[in-house]
Amino acid sequence: MSRNEEAPVYGLIAEFRDEQCLVEAAARTIAEGYRNVDAYAPFSVPGLADALGFRKDRVALITLIGGIVGGIGIYFLQWYSAVIDYPINSGGRPLHSWPAFIPATFECTVLGAALAAFFGYLILNGLPRLHHPIFNAADFDLATRNRFFLCVESADPRFDRAATHGFLESLAPLRVSEVPF
Amino acid sequence: MPSIAATGPGVDESRLKVLKGAYTYASISDKISDIVLTRPTHWGFHALFALCTTLTILFVIAIVYLFYKGVGIWGIDIPIAWAFAITNFVWWVGIGHAGTFISAFLLLLRQKWRTSVNRFAEAMTIFAVAMAGLMPILHLGRPWFFYWLVPYPDIMNVWPQWRSPLVWDIFAIGTYIIVSILFWYMGLIPDLATLRDRTDHRVKQVLYGLFALGWRGEARQWRRFDTAYLLMAGLATPLVISVHSVVSLDFSIGNTPGWHSTIFPPYFVAGALFSGFAMALTISVPLRAVFGLRDFITARHLDNIAKVMLVCGLLVAYSYVIEIFMAFYSGDRFEEYMILNRMRGPYAPVYWTVIFCNVAVPQLMWWKKVRLSALTLFAISIIVNIGMWLERFMIIVTSLHRDFLPSSWDVFYPTFWDFATLFGSLGAFGWLFLMFVRFLPAISISEMRKLALEKREGEA
Repeated sequence: MSRNEEAPVYGLIAEFRDEQCLVEAAARTIAEGYRNVDAYAPFSVPGLADALGFRKDRVALITLIGGIVGGIGIYFLQWYSAVIDYPINSGGRPLHSWPAFIPATFECTVLGAALAAFFGYLILNGLPRLHHPIFNAADFDLATRNRFFLCVESADPRFDRAATHGFLESLAPLRVSEVPF
Repeated sequence: MPSIAATGPGVDESRLKVLKGAYTYASISDKISDIVLTRPTHWGFHALFALCTTLTILFVIAIVYLFYKGVGIWGIDIPIAWAFAITNFVWWVGIGHAGTFISAFLLLLRQKWRTSVNRFAEAMTIFAVAMAGLMPILHLGRPWFFYWLVPYPDIMNVWPQWRSPLVWDIFAIGTYIIVSILFWYMGLIPDLATLRDRTDHRVKQVLYGLFALGWRGEARQWRRFDTAYLLMAGLATPLVISVHSVVSLDFSIGNTPGWHSTIFPPYFVAGALFSGFAMALTISVPLRAVFGLRDFITARHLDNIAKVMLVCGLLVAYSYVIEIFMAFYSGDRFEEYMILNRMRGPYAPVYWTVIFCNVAVPQLMWWKKVRLSALTLFAISIIVNIGMWLERFMIIVTSLHRDFLPSSWDVFYPTFWDFATLFGSLGAFGWLFLMFVRFLPAISISEMRKLALEKREGEA
């Protein structure tokens, strides 16, 4: 592995015209043995995450946990407040009148799950993070418009500035450029 | 997936596409974001904005005066202790439901036509529920204590009464508005990143950049986005059913004739979708005209919205019939009297207007010509909005004004401040919506790009 004297870079980025080229390029880069690879697209391209070998996103599990915590939490609160902390005999109804506790339990299950889904999604995605080296890439403002990017990070064990550059060129991109830190 | 648009003679099929014209990712991004970034001016926008601002000021004055004097400035009294504020509440919550139905339920059903209408339908939901949430608070005798409905550890050692539908209500409405805002914001994040990257204005770059949270459009981010968005849709969908069911329980748990009925939850949900889809039409017809969005919000969208309205209208009509049937089938003389009094009593004009607006007029939408005419649909949607507001007024006021004791019978007369609150809330809703159109993309840009891809693949 050759060592570079130049300033360190975040990675090398290749720019593509459409989503099909990007998916194919991503699959070939993974097949080539690169691991610290990421693709950037202006919308959710079908099959792109799979091409990068990313399958489990864990958002569903977090949502389930959030829902269970929300539901059990509010049911416990209702039971505790109505039976233990402040029991009121209202017209001889049982203190633990569970059917009346269902609406709040249902709503808080949904609320807990939704909060968990939203914040779980943000945290797993590493957001908010207002600055990131990838924003230094040339033309990267087009990643939210109509261009598709593939970046091989310098952190990748197989990363070699010249060889990786040559490999990315072989994927027939619009162009390949360096991403400075 | 087979097209659900029925074909008929004399109908131009190209008008029924979900997305018209040859759009690329770039032209979709530019067309939608330019509405926000370059702010094209149109006299219609300014006229509407002036009207809404005036009404919003009236709303603020009405609220300040209410807080100063108390609810006595309204026409409410015993036995009619609930009138305009609660009518507004039920009506506004119902309007919100169509937005959630479009954005969540239709996503689960993979209906492609939802893509170009979901963003502003969700905005409609949030603003409508905000107006709804204000109404019960305004109606409280001591509005500054509204938070007593929330369970929190306080020094009074008092808990909410969990058996009360009013407590269920605050949980339902609170959950609904929080989930709606999260769902809406989640979909907005990639579009805010587009605005951040497209504007040259430094202040806009910073503000849109802050709210975009540093979105990068990574493949992994998109994958998690898809999962989380689908889950949020799955969570929001039962709220469409549950929230207005809980609202209806505010009435049906009480033993007042006209309220005490098991049909109320489905009846209210159908009515909610009916009025909500009407409001979606009321908004989308001028929106697409003023901002030149006819290629994105096509005749197909209006046609589909009209079909959903027709179905919901028939469900509402069925509920009216069942209400009458059950009153006589029950053999309860108070129930019988309530129905006959609605038809022939002092509020008979309200009842027959409701029947005209909600049962008779929507039948026009059986004709495809009507469903494809934006102006006719706009007129029908206004009529249905009025009809649904009057229906809620009818349920609340005609049921209350004849108490069990004839000595306490009375008739409700609205005051200036009742109308100021109603029209003021309409103005504030419109004002919020116009600001939304000015500052945020009214159509989801990233989902439209995906729609363009699917359209191209479908044609290939």
